[in-house]
Amino acid sequence: MNNLGLIIKREFVTRIRKPSFIILTLLAPILMAAVLFLPTYLATLPGEEKVITVLDESILMDIRDHGNDEFRLRYLNPKDFDFETAKKIAEESGDYAFMHVPLSESGDPDFVARNVRIFRDGDLGISVENYLEGSLEKYIQKEKLKAEGVDPEILARTRTNVQLRVINTKDNTETENAALIKMGVGYVAAFAIYLFIFIYGSQVMRGVIEEKTNRIMELMVSSIKPFELMMGKIIGIGSLALIQFLVWIGLGALIFTIFSAVFIDPALSDPGMINSSGVSDQLAALEEVPTFKIYTSLMTIPWAKVIISFLFYFIGGYLLYGALFAAIGSAVDKESDSQQFMLPITIPLILSLLVIIRALDNPDGPIATWMSMIPLTSPLVMMARVPFDVEIWQLLLSMFILAASFIFCVWLAAKIYRVGILMYGKKPTFKELYRWTRYKN
Amino acid sequence: MIEARGIAKSYNDHQALKSLDLKIEKGSIFGLLGPNGAGKTTFIRIINQIIAPDKGELFFDGEKLSGKHIGRIGYLPEERGLYPKMKIGEQLLYLAQLKGLSKAEAQKRIHYWLERFELKDRVQAKVEELSKGLAQKVQFIASVIHEPELLILDEPFTGFDPVNTEHIKAEILRLNQEGATIIFSTHRMESVEQLCENILLINKGEKLIHGKLHDVKNQFKEGWYRIEYNSAWQAPEKSDWKVEHLPSRDGIFAYRVNLNGGPRKDLLDQLNASELISFQEEIPSLNDIFIQSTSGNE
Repeated sequence: MNNLGLIIKREFVTRIRKPSFIILTLLAPILMAAVLFLPTYLATLPGEEKVITVLDESILMDIRDHGNDEFRLRYLNPKDFDFETAKKIAEESGDYAFMHVPLSESGDPDFVARNVRIFRDGDLGISVENYLEGSLEKYIQKEKLKAEGVDPEILARTRTNVQLRVINTKDNTETENAALIKMGVGYVAAFAIYLFIFIYGSQVMRGVIEEKTNRIMELMVSSIKPFELMMGKIIGIGSLALIQFLVWIGLGALIFTIFSAVFIDPALSDPGMINSSGVSDQLAALEEVPTFKIYTSLMTIPWAKVIISFLFYFIGGYLLYGALFAAIGSAVDKESDSQQFMLPITIPLILSLLVIIRALDNPDGPIATWMSMIPLTSPLVMMARVPFDVEIWQLLLSMFILAASFIFCVWLAAKIYRVGILMYGKKPTFKELYRWTRYKN
Repeated sequence: MIEARGIAKSYNDHQALKSLDLKIEKGSIFGLLGPNGAGKTTFIRIINQIIAPDKGELFFDGEKLSGKHIGRIGYLPEERGLYPKMKIGEQLLYLAQLKGLSKAEAQKRIHYWLERFELKDRVQAKVEELSKGLAQKVQFIASVIHEPELLILDEPFTGFDPVNTEHIKAEILRLNQEGATIIFSTHRMESVEQLCENILLINKGEKLIHGKLHDVKNQFKEGWYRIEYNSAWQAPEKSDWKVEHLPSRDGIFAYRVNLNGGPRKDLLDQLNASELISFQEEIPSLNDIFIQSTSGNE
């Protein structure tokens, strides 16, 4: 086995055996799933029911209106109860609140609107208040229309609900607009790259510092070239990142499948239901099912492009930053000294994250386009753009620039590295780092 | 084994080596001496190809020094270090494989060396669990595991107790007898006197003294003799000898005599054999030579 292979193997094997790595790899998707799904799960649990007792003396409200998920409306017949007793009953039965809709002597709906009161021992939830106000406004409007002579039948018939369907006509095919899904995919992909560059890049740096503080460098470089030592570490840790990422994807998919089988209505994921009706009905029915909508919009994403770009930017971005992290590690003696050198690396990464927000909104805008060409920001920004189907020449140009700059960065970092690893004591300045790159050897 | 011609190296404005010429014979033990910052480590790093000289050429066994010689050189750096979290066995295997040994061969030799150093039961121990002395032994094994023809030892005895120092010394001599050339860099002179046949003393990147230890000592002799006598002794009146009285004790008189270049026989003729307890030529210790030549250079 050649030396580079041996170094990669050592970096990889010593880390993958660490209990902390194994625990993190297995536990992270589970924790992530818990964070995402726990609220959903809790919502499905039967919670304490909120009851709002209503004394509607104007007979304004529809007694079939039972409230929403959050609370239930209970109507008291105004013929049997007056305000005082109704309020008392509500209080005694421990209801959430008591609402009183008074009777207007003159039949003026505006009088009712002004005098509806709700009683509660404590604060009223905003959503409850909004819901009640909204429905009361509707009821009062209905009364007014009735007074103006509009037939409630006509009113019911003329009610319409508009749902805008956006059709993407790109490439002469009509597809459903899937901007939201694309944004999601773009953001997740870019964020994953950001996370891995940071986590594993700083692992490279820490590894180099560790070798320096353990004074093992001199022994190592008497057997192998510093370049091999640096690349071995970067590649070894990079493979580790890739493995961890694949495990996460696998576990994530598994958890998602289990989750959807258990919590989401099984009918939605059951194709049998769809097959039972006729073909035309089937399509019509399909289009109404939200999961199908998500499915069709997922199909509009250029997946081959996304996956290939992801792998390229993942590896390219990691190599670019990994080399820089390695150079920093070689220049300092302890991790706390690395701060000043970290800044120039951290800034483009943070900047990319900010630009992504805009790039997702306007993927072909000038900021997004330029930042997806500049090598330090391109891994994140271009990744966010790819699901929106970036023009191929742009993608290739950006990839070419990234490849050229990581080769340059690795070369530059190797120059700093080979000087840095044998320097102890003084913390170098940027000027000195520059001078190191000028050393012949 | 090693021939250097005009080796020079500078860092920024600092000249670490100024045109160094030198020859190291095959199978010798060569002492590379000099105070801190003299350029010893720079020279060693150049032989190890960790850094390249600005000027000059190095030959290994008659060939121009290149990457293919790395496997034939063993190096024990002054800065000792191993991966603390790695097990001894794995660590040695890794380092041996980097020197080009096959896995099977490396394991065989690790077994042999760990047995020699009575470390066999610690193969599974991590380096961080070892005492400093034991870790040093592991490091020593790492530098010789590939049976190098040239072994470079930079301050090999620091960190060893006297028992282990003797142990390591014996190993070095054994390796030398088996044919290895050894470069021994130190500023601890007493160990050099015991081991080295040839020395090079450098200071501030320049060669001060180079040659066989014996010749060097002769060269630094100043013609002083020590005499211990049972009675008081007087130098002949006409001579230009310098005589110093050393403090006498237990009735023994002691003198330092310098014949000013005259033959030793002249002094011996002046001594009465029955009164003489000891007669000794003053041979400067390497330590004296070291101090004398480096301070004279200031």
